Amino acid sequence: MTTENLFELKNVAKLFTKGKETISIFEGLNMHIKKGDFMAIMGPSGSGKTTLLNLLGGVDQPSSGEISFDGQRIDNLSESQLAKWRANNIGFIFQFYNLMPMLNAAKNVELPLLLTNLSSSERKKQVATALELVGLSDRAKHMPSEMSGGQQQRVAIARAVVSDPTFLLCDEPTGDLDRQTADEILEMLQLLNSKFGKTIVMVTHDPSAAKYATHTVHLNKGKFVKAEELLV
Amino acid sequence: MSTLLSQSAAVIKMNIQSLPRRLWMSLAMVFASAVVVAILLAFLAMSKGFEATMESAGSDNVAFFIRTGSAAELNSSAGRDQVNLIENSPGIKRDEQGPMVSPELYVIVDGIKKSTQQEANLPLRGLDQRGVNMRKGFTLVAGRMFNPGTDELIVGAGVVSQFDGFELGQEIRFGKNTWKVVGVFSTGGNVFESELWADAKVIQNLYNRGSSYQSVRAVMESPDSLGAINEYLKSEPRLTHEAQAESSYFAEQGKSLSYMAIFGWVISSIMALGALAGALNTMYTSVSDRAMEIATLRAIGFSSFSAFIGTMAEAMTLAVVGSLVGSLAAFIFFDGLSTSTLGGSFTQVVFSFSLTPELFTKGISMALVIGFISGFFPAWRAARVPVIVAFQSGR
Ligand SMILES: Nc1ncnc2c1ncn2[C@@H]1O[C@H](COP(=O)(O)OP(=O)(O)O)[C@@H](O)[C@H]1O
Ligand SMILES: [Mg+2]
Repeated sequence: MTTENLFELKNVAKLFTKGKETISIFEGLNMHIKKGDFMAIMGPSGSGKTTLLNLLGGVDQPSSGEISFDGQRIDNLSESQLAKWRANNIGFIFQFYNLMPMLNAAKNVELPLLLTNLSSSERKKQVATALELVGLSDRAKHMPSEMSGGQQQRVAIARAVVSDPTFLLCDEPTGDLDRQTADEILEMLQLLNSKFGKTIVMVTHDPSAAKYATHTVHLNKGKFVKAEELLV
Repeated sequence: MSTLLSQSAAVIKMNIQSLPRRLWMSLAMVFASAVVVAILLAFLAMSKGFEATMESAGSDNVAFFIRTGSAAELNSSAGRDQVNLIENSPGIKRDEQGPMVSPELYVIVDGIKKSTQQEANLPLRGLDQRGVNMRKGFTLVAGRMFNPGTDELIVGAGVVSQFDGFELGQEIRFGKNTWKVVGVFSTGGNVFESELWADAKVIQNLYNRGSSYQSVRAVMESPDSLGAINEYLKSEPRLTHEAQAESSYFAEQGKSLSYMAIFGWVISSIMALGALAGALNTMYTSVSDRAMEIATLRAIGFSSFSAFIGTMAEAMTLAVVGSLVGSLAAFIFFDGLSTSTLGGSFTQVVFSFSLTPELFTKGISMALVIGFISGFFPAWRAARVPVIVAFQSGR
């Protein structure tokens, strides 16, 4: 069973200290994410969704507890080891796309490949494939400022998948988009999960977005709860 | 880490491409380093130009005699009998007219500076054709040589350019004497061009010097003859003179403006501190302006080193662009600028600011220091931008 788990969190705690005050976000949090899952994490604002995503993405470290990825502990890695681990395993998709405004679509998508030993022509080939996957082959030379929000998020998705990571982390990927565009993006994520086998964790507070996931968990005040409990 | 290079190159490029977003702040930093470099170069070019004007006047092969204890030829003296003794010294070259020795007079007259319309001292040198021939690169650029025994004089090109009333054909009054300008000469820009030359015998007469002179120049058989000459001077009790190579005499005099270079370093260093404060502000702003981008790249897996290098490169680029602008401005406004200042003998020396490649290197080094310091601390902050910033809402 355990080998099927891509992520395993054991007894994870996360504290933030703000001046003299210490805020506890998670205490004794346990969870696992199976390979091939498309998990939606829902919950009200301030419930710890982004914090959890940061822990999974190796962007932040737990105050205590264990986080394993593919059987390997990542909670005790150094800053630079984590950076390498992220480059090899994770693709990020952000609410505000986080594209480099001075680079065109193709150059943005190419960024993760600069961390590999691929030649420039191999990089170009992979960038073209990724852009084709998100349906933006004809926009390769366009700057982010010349594209709609939906198009920018598709470029961001291409950037997240270009180096073929096993795991995609999305923080409110449709939070800044209208309904129709949001659905297009979600269908694309669904396709990446079902057809390309990407394991996906998506934070959202949009229930119709969560419907695209294979299953949904609910966070409230740092704890997983049943959906009904949230309505109270 | 074989990808460190490609990461850093990409980040440097992005940094530079993002500069238009911070156009005015970046231009302010460029401007500040340009001003610092231009000021530094102006002072260095002044000192350098003066030094070159003095140094290029001296010849290794000419022995220069002044009375022991007098720092310059103005306060030296040599009687006719002493000149005769010097002519007998070993190591002095001879031609068909005998030993190649030039006894000279050096008196001070007044000129009106064109720039300020103020009176300033000019040297009037008494010499003969033999002395004229000893000057390297002497050419008459207009008119003719003065005739011995007359009140004619020839004027250095520097004097003509910086002082009123010395044009060819003019009559000039010094005290109760009137002189006629019959020629303008050049010696390739060196200090002699700041002088007026006339017949030594006429000056002796007009200035009641009897048969005495002030300094003596002599062509040596070789630069090594100096030792033998000084031994002879010591052994001859009627001589109170010492000899040095003319080149070392002028090299020493050329240093008298080196305080200008020191002054330039001090002034520009103080200004650099001001520039630095502004530059640090510019660079810290750059880091906070790019925080989201830095954090996103770090999330993707870029190293913190690449964020550091990118910021450093931006600071260095702005400072170096500034130094190029400053160098260009210094070159346009100062290089070759002719001016005159008080030289070693309380007389005006006409010289030109001189910007050499060596000085440009110093200006650019100054800018690199500004760039390095103003880049280092912000770059350190850039390397420390938390990756979670990439997930924070709002831009
Ligand atoms: N870096 C931080 N320092 C201090 N408090 C933080 C930090 N990041 C998040 N928090 C706090 O943790 C709680 C959970 O935040 P977050 O995970 O962003 O919630 P969500 O994404 O579900 O809205 C919030 O109360 C927030 O103020
Ligand atoms: Mg959030």
